[in-house]
Amino acid sequence: MQSSRLTLALAVACVFSLNAVAGEVEVLHWWTSGGEAKSVAELKKMMSAKGHTWKDFAVAGGAGDNAMTVLKTRVVSGNPPTAAQVKGPSIQEWGGEGVLATLDAVATAEKWDSILPPVVASTMKYKNHYVAVPVNVHRVNWMWVNPEVFKKAGAKVPTSWAEFDEAATKIEKAGMIAVAHGGQPWQDATVFESVALGIGGADFYKKAFVQLDAAALNSPTTLKTFETLRMVRKHMDKDMPGRDWNLATAMVINGKAGMQFMGDWAKGEFTAAGKTPGKDYLCVAAPGTDKAYTFNIDSFIVFAQKNKDLKATNDFASTVLSPAFQQVFNLNKGSIPVRLGADMSKFDDCAKKSSADFVATNKAGSLLPSFAHGMAMPSAAQGAVQDLISSFMNSNMSSQDAVAKLLVAAKKK
Amino acid sequence: MTASRQGAPGLTFSRLADIILPRLVIAPTALACLIGFYGFIAWTAWLSFTESRLMPRYEWAGVVQYIELFGNDRWWQSMQNLAVFGGLFIFVSLAIGLVMAVFLDQKIRGEGFLRTLYLYPMALSFIVTGTAWKWILNPGLGIEKMLHDWGYTQLTFDWIINPDFAIYTVVIAGVWQSSGFVMALFLAGLRGIDDSIIKAAQMDGASLPTIYTRIIIPSLRPVFLSVFMILAHIAVKSFDLVMALTGGGPGFATDLPSIFMYQHGFTRGQLGLGAASAMMMLFTATAVVMPLLYSELRRERRG
Repeated sequence: MQSSRLTLALAVACVFSLNAVAGEVEVLHWWTSGGEAKSVAELKKMMSAKGHTWKDFAVAGGAGDNAMTVLKTRVVSGNPPTAAQVKGPSIQEWGGEGVLATLDAVATAEKWDSILPPVVASTMKYKNHYVAVPVNVHRVNWMWVNPEVFKKAGAKVPTSWAEFDEAATKIEKAGMIAVAHGGQPWQDATVFESVALGIGGADFYKKAFVQLDAAALNSPTTLKTFETLRMVRKHMDKDMPGRDWNLATAMVINGKAGMQFMGDWAKGEFTAAGKTPGKDYLCVAAPGTDKAYTFNIDSFIVFAQKNKDLKATNDFASTVLSPAFQQVFNLNKGSIPVRLGADMSKFDDCAKKSSADFVATNKAGSLLPSFAHGMAMPSAAQGAVQDLISSFMNSNMSSQDAVAKLLVAAKKK
Repeated sequence: MTASRQGAPGLTFSRLADIILPRLVIAPTALACLIGFYGFIAWTAWLSFTESRLMPRYEWAGVVQYIELFGNDRWWQSMQNLAVFGGLFIFVSLAIGLVMAVFLDQKIRGEGFLRTLYLYPMALSFIVTGTAWKWILNPGLGIEKMLHDWGYTQLTFDWIINPDFAIYTVVIAGVWQSSGFVMALFLAGLRGIDDSIIKAAQMDGASLPTIYTRIIIPSLRPVFLSVFMILAHIAVKSFDLVMALTGGGPGFATDLPSIFMYQHGFTRGQLGLGAASAMMMLFTATAVVMPLLYSELRRERRG
């Protein structure tokens, strides 16, 4: 009797002490496709190695619209998960709702300020406290090129928008489509963003689309951006409305089209088709943007928990940013590690170039958040700007009108 | 006196049960409707007067969201689209459904088979209809390519990628889906008409078209009302059809208020604006349906 009571007490003590070190991490994400799911399994393994139990909270559905609805429900009902996949200015919006926890303890201990580029670090902070942890970096201002098509047309890969017009015309004369594009609002915005960066350069981009400065938005540079976009639009095929981005990529892969403007997730399609970078396809910066880098970063926000014990949360954040996880995850996802000075030896040429440019543009101050992918503007402004670009691409709106409307759209809060 | 005293307890109990029982049975449903329907309408109305962004906030902010909404190009475009789509969708579905029902009503052979054939599209979800029509109408894949392959290269049919015509492709897909169902309702109505009236008309020497236009179709009035109600609410809530067919594009040429509401309320972190647009949709639907219901109810009471 005595001994059994002792055992019970011990067992209880054990359970409690276990609870003190280990916890349950529940992470909401929408990485449900093949490579992504594999990466999440890796994260799960690393977390259980630290003694935490992992509760998967995956919500399928591409861009995470469904997941956000589920997340809001959970937060409103006072039962938030440990972390959720949220990015860009939405981090600030969630911060404004006052439901996030701070990661300052682990960030200071692991010197996040020095391993992350400042522009990345600042998007992870709400009022100077870390509330989110970045996972990966996608470069958005890529142009994917089928060299075979260029050779047949006798064109050369353009490095400016004027050269682009020339090359595209040659490709069309040779009977092929110059630009493969999917006419969905976010894809339209992706092209617009690269054009704006190529025309105006990093400083203009930053002023106009990050700081939403009225003078920059209302400048001749913006006007020229819309005019150039109109020119680029003419080189797209007429069947583009509603086409998915991966179908457009397939057109470049099988030589129907010469180029596509798309972030580096397009690489996955090339890889899946058994193509090698440098030989079957080229990844070059969009015309005029090789000295700049627009990024799209996935990140996790962490929520304040009822029991206030943030051990599990901190361990989670530390694991996500650890060199081992960064490498495994990004090899699977096709993106690059967000840590400066990551070991890139296992990555392909496009990723190596992306990483080198990531580091270089960070030093040069031309590392920029992509607004088309929700990294730069509040979601209301982003939506309104995206609506405008899309309606410009699909109507006869004049460039002057577009500039005037852009000014209004960017002010939406 | 004594008789009433003896009968009284039993009578009051059963009378009590008569009064209480129906209310008791109705109560859960009524409560669920009250909360789940009117409660949430009230909640949405409240949200539309706040500055709610990502999540509900409950500080009164006046009509800012409505001002924002009325200054939004995309909102007006989507309302205009709803008018075009709703009007054409209801009218064309009614017309085709009625004609098909009249033809089927001619006691022809194989009626059962044909009825199933016409009704079948209703078995598909709008997502499937939208996706299928997306392929059929795509100039590079569907009708236009087929015509070109047959040698008619000068013919074009590119409505789905033309911002000025894209909304009509939504009408085509919607009509394809719904007219069979409309036919079924009309056919049921036609079969419910008393044969003796028609026979009497025939005796009087009325021709078949006259019988249809003067007797049968007017007596289908209640069916018209039900069909109109059903089609109108399909038009207002249309979301999946457009999402699958055009994704609201090109640009936002086929945007509908329901898509506007969903995107602003749930994906763009503008819950207040979404709520305001939802209220406007409610008002629009009410404005269309109420007078119709009212006149119909008054008619019934008088009749």
